[in-house]
Amino acid sequence: MLSVEDITMRFGGLVAVGGASLTVPKGAIVGLIGPNGAGKTTLFGVIAGFLKPTSGRVSFEGCDITALPAHVRAQEGIARTFQIVQPFAGLNVRENIAVGAFLRHRNSADAHALADAVGHRVGLGADLDKPASSLTVAGRKRLELARALATEPKILLLDEVLAGLNPSEIRDIVPVIRSIRDEGVTILMIEHVMQAVMNLCEQVYVLAQGRMIAQGTPQDVCEDPHVVEAYLGRGAAERLRTVGANHA
Amino acid sequence: MTLRATLPILIILAVLAAIPLLATSNSVLNFIVFVLIITLAAQGWNVLGGVGGQSSFGHAAFFGTGAYVSAILQSRFGINAWAAMAIAMGVGAIVGWVIGFLSFRAGLRGSYFALVTLAFAEVLRILANAAGFTGGAAGLLLKLNVGFANMQFSSRGAFLWLALSLVALTLFLSQWIASSRFGAQLVAVRENEEAARALGVDVLAVKLRAITVSAAITAAAGCLYLQYFLYIDANIAYGLWISVEALLAPMVGGKGLVLGPIIGAFTLHGLGEAAKTFAASVPGIDLAIYGIILVVVVAFAPEGVLGVLKKTQLWRKRKAHAATKLSEEAA
Amino acid sequence: MYSLDITLEAVLNGLLTGAVYALIALGLTLVYGVLHIINFAHGALLTTAMFAVWVAYTFLGIDNYVLIPFLAVIFYALGYALQRFVIGPASHGDDGNILLVTLGISIVLENALLAIFRSDTRSLTSDFSFEVLEVGPLLISKPRLIGFAAALVVTLLLWLVLARTDTGKAIRAVAKEKLGASLVGIDVRHIYAVTFGIGCATLAVAACLLMPTFYVNPRVGGAFVLVAFTVVVLGGMGSIPGALAGGLFIGVVESLSGLYLGESLGQIGIFLIFILVLLFRPTGLFGARA
Repeated sequence: MLSVEDITMRFGGLVAVGGASLTVPKGAIVGLIGPNGAGKTTLFGVIAGFLKPTSGRVSFEGCDITALPAHVRAQEGIARTFQIVQPFAGLNVRENIAVGAFLRHRNSADAHALADAVGHRVGLGADLDKPASSLTVAGRKRLELARALATEPKILLLDEVLAGLNPSEIRDIVPVIRSIRDEGVTILMIEHVMQAVMNLCEQVYVLAQGRMIAQGTPQDVCEDPHVVEAYLGRGAAERLRTVGANHA
Repeated sequence: MTLRATLPILIILAVLAAIPLLATSNSVLNFIVFVLIITLAAQGWNVLGGVGGQSSFGHAAFFGTGAYVSAILQSRFGINAWAAMAIAMGVGAIVGWVIGFLSFRAGLRGSYFALVTLAFAEVLRILANAAGFTGGAAGLLLKLNVGFANMQFSSRGAFLWLALSLVALTLFLSQWIASSRFGAQLVAVRENEEAARALGVDVLAVKLRAITVSAAITAAAGCLYLQYFLYIDANIAYGLWISVEALLAPMVGGKGLVLGPIIGAFTLHGLGEAAKTFAASVPGIDLAIYGIILVVVVAFAPEGVLGVLKKTQLWRKRKAHAATKLSEEAA
Repeated sequence: MYSLDITLEAVLNGLLTGAVYALIALGLTLVYGVLHIINFAHGALLTTAMFAVWVAYTFLGIDNYVLIPFLAVIFYALGYALQRFVIGPASHGDDGNILLVTLGISIVLENALLAIFRSDTRSLTSDFSFEVLEVGPLLISKPRLIGFAAALVVTLLLWLVLARTDTGKAIRAVAKEKLGASLVGIDVRHIYAVTFGIGCATLAVAACLLMPTFYVNPRVGGAFVLVAFTVVVLGGMGSIPGALAGGLFIGVVESLSGLYLGESLGQIGIFLIFILVLLFRPTGLFGARA
């Protein structure tokens, strides 16, 4: 459904992403993991149309969308959330979600009805009339998700929606994400919370220093020595194995 | 549109509409008409600057274009005043779109946008002051010719009603915008452009629509000014004073709010008049007070008079609530 | 087409005026570069300084050139206080608010001056105002030549202060990285106020240099404020050499467009440049660093 081919993104002399490719099949939940500063959010920016890649191609449902601006991609069905949540501070929760809902509903009654439904769906039912700025971190993450969902996307790009949440909050939101997929929305998620990645994703890509270093099922990827080294440093996989052997 | 939101608008309109029936003093009527013209210009500013968050320092560009286009069409081409006003609003809207297209395309925001709009207004002022067909520095005089077709009335009350109906129309338009898709997208753009784009909002298109509507309304205010005073020159029509009035009223009343401009305009000019009666011999005293009010509002009441009213209301409610709770506990 | 002499004289006059424009713009660009704020009250503060020169000259008999150091100190203090106690606290750090607060201050200043001095136009009555230097076919006004030289000296001084002194280093640190500067113990609010004070002090100097050949009324600052903004954007916001180059350039443009387009249209060149630069080269023509 979504395919990213050989994307390079350079900022001046800095190569944030170098020749990264990935594909997301329709109906899947695909994870994108990697250490901090690996270029994950940059790659999201390229996919969603916020950054123009130095080279490479993004295609969606078979069409090349590399040149399309962000808002047109949203109209085509690509929605993203932001790692740093960005609520519209002057609006209440319902109105925030409605901005997303207005994308496909011109009538404000329809848009507000959809906003209410989506709000309840992600667990913000009780907060709909509160100002967005009064929400807790967990609440803001839900709002971020709800707004994107209200655009009725075909694919949802989630940028660390679980970061900063406590374990019980994570437990609450994981089923919501799964149910979104079950209703036919494809999901590509950046996530650091490995427990959730193992739990949700069928396929995982690993980005380190701007390069795609591994892909596969979550299990495969976790056991890949390249991945362990990317996270823990050179030689770490070797050391871990020795430690493991000693313990055994 | 709910009744609760519409009721305050209707009350304010009713009170203002009743004034010509009760007051016959010319100075009172003059005052109200003038403030209504300012209100209309400010309502235009409020669409772009208040709801859309793009503070313009150059709404004189639209006010002046409205006034000049209408004056030229009437005096040189003998066109009916109402038709001239419609065309003038159209031209004002086009000027708004062009200025918006140039500045928003260039990505100007905040102070930069404010400065570039100011410069556009200044360019128009200099041109109007120099060109022949605008009457140059001498300005343009509209012939006194009372009649409905000329939008000139023998009674000030009639003109007050005309100005009030335009203000009323704009109030309802603003209220409609507030609950519409356009309004939601405009506020989203004000609060966070990036997040708005992610939700499929075409930021440039939304801003352009806002500046076009905004300019047309302020151009209408320019036409009203012309019809009432029958004279304009470059420093009146394109002067900094009207740019400042147009932004001051919503700031003081409550920017982005439907009733902000009208509340702000009457508060400011009410205080200005009061200052003038106390210190009539001191020139500029009313304006100096506006300046102080602006600083005070920005410092202490960023949501303006309406924001303060809302807060005291909440506070009273809470106090009342606490009081009943206490008495219940005591019982 | 005018003769070469007239054109040359226009260029020369433009340069002389331009140096004072540069001086006026210096304070604005410094305040922008450090505080990242656009000071709308700049023009009104200049008017205030010009009235101060006029009062000192007319009633106290103090020569405008002698007045320079005293007025500069007074305006430094005034600017310091304005930023520290009014602009800073009132604007809550939002740049749109700062624009509004400084607009409010300019309205208050202009109208306070109007209330005190009425709308009459005043100027210094001194023979020196009309003294000229003959260089070949050209006549150069002496006070304007002094203004030109003094403006260059002040620009150089300011540049040295920023480059060499501890305060200058602190100012540059705050301009680059506010948070970092506060972490190493620089009092950011103090530095903001110092910068604003320096900006006002340069205005005081400019007023002393301008008065012999210019006039003052409560609205005169308005004529300078957009010119100064134009110089600042042209030179690159925050760049001191840029302000100098921009000021000289604008002075020449104004002088030449006045010559070829006439008095009333003359100013339009400046605004067009302003708009074009903002739209197409917001980093300025001369300020590559900005």
